[in-house]
Amino acid sequence: MTDFTPIPALLGGALLGAAALILLKFNGRIAGISGIVKNIFKSNNDNGWRYCFIAGIILSPLFLKINDHENEITLGASWTVIIIAGLLVGLGSALGSGCTSGHGICGLGRLSKRSIIATLTFMSTAVLTVFVMGFRG
Amino acid sequence: MKLFTALMAGLLFGLGLNISQMTNPQKVLNFLDVSGNWDPSLALVMASALTVFGLGYRLLITPSTAPVLDDKYCLPEVKTIDKQLIIGASIFGVGWGLAGICPGPALANIVNGDPKIFGFIVAMLMGMASSAPLDKLLLK
Repeated sequence: MTDFTPIPALLGGALLGAAALILLKFNGRIAGISGIVKNIFKSNNDNGWRYCFIAGIILSPLFLKINDHENEITLGASWTVIIIAGLLVGLGSALGSGCTSGHGICGLGRLSKRSIIATLTFMSTAVLTVFVMGFRG
Repeated sequence: MKLFTALMAGLLFGLGLNISQMTNPQKVLNFLDVSGNWDPSLALVMASALTVFGLGYRLLITPSTAPVLDDKYCLPEVKTIDKQLIIGASIFGVGWGLAGICPGPALANIVNGDPKIFGFIVAMLMGMASSAPLDKLLLK
């Protein structure tokens, strides 16, 4: 059970949008996390910005004083589910050329038809999956 | 300089993930659980993010010009809705709906040290690596 938290949602979302804008305006790159991660292993040149961007995400929690133990994150899923989920997220984002940040934020923000379709598609299968799996939080 | 702006963008992105609580799979799953204890927070996160990005894109980005620190914008060139897009997005959604974790939040959770996140990331990398061979084998 998690509470509706509109203010952190709006604020955090705005930061996500601003971060993506900065990466695009300065580096000329789309902040699609799946693509950035995947291309680190594919590309041999010009990976510096990818390592830096990813490092920024990884280190970011250290800049927040998280004393709030009620909001401590526990990964409730079993190891089996975690591994299957990881495989599908990896395969799906690579095949579909994007994930929630690439398609959901940047693509939709650019009014890309591909991203609109992709986002509607993954939202639908995600909702269906949660429904079928009988998750109750 | 390019490395610095990328690092700053990454930090800001990560802060956005943490503050919006998108790093918490329960928040994500409770949004997707439309028939249960529905938590609409994720909808606001995305609405806010794409509004800021969308407005900024319109006002500050002219794709035919150059970004501040490079020669050109690297924007997606494929315009067609192909089966890779649909199938890929469908598969991604299933994976996302299983654990409530996607690539960004996975990275942002690393410093918490839960071994399951490392397991997720390794599996995710394997999934990414399998995409090209599977595409070639099954879809082409």
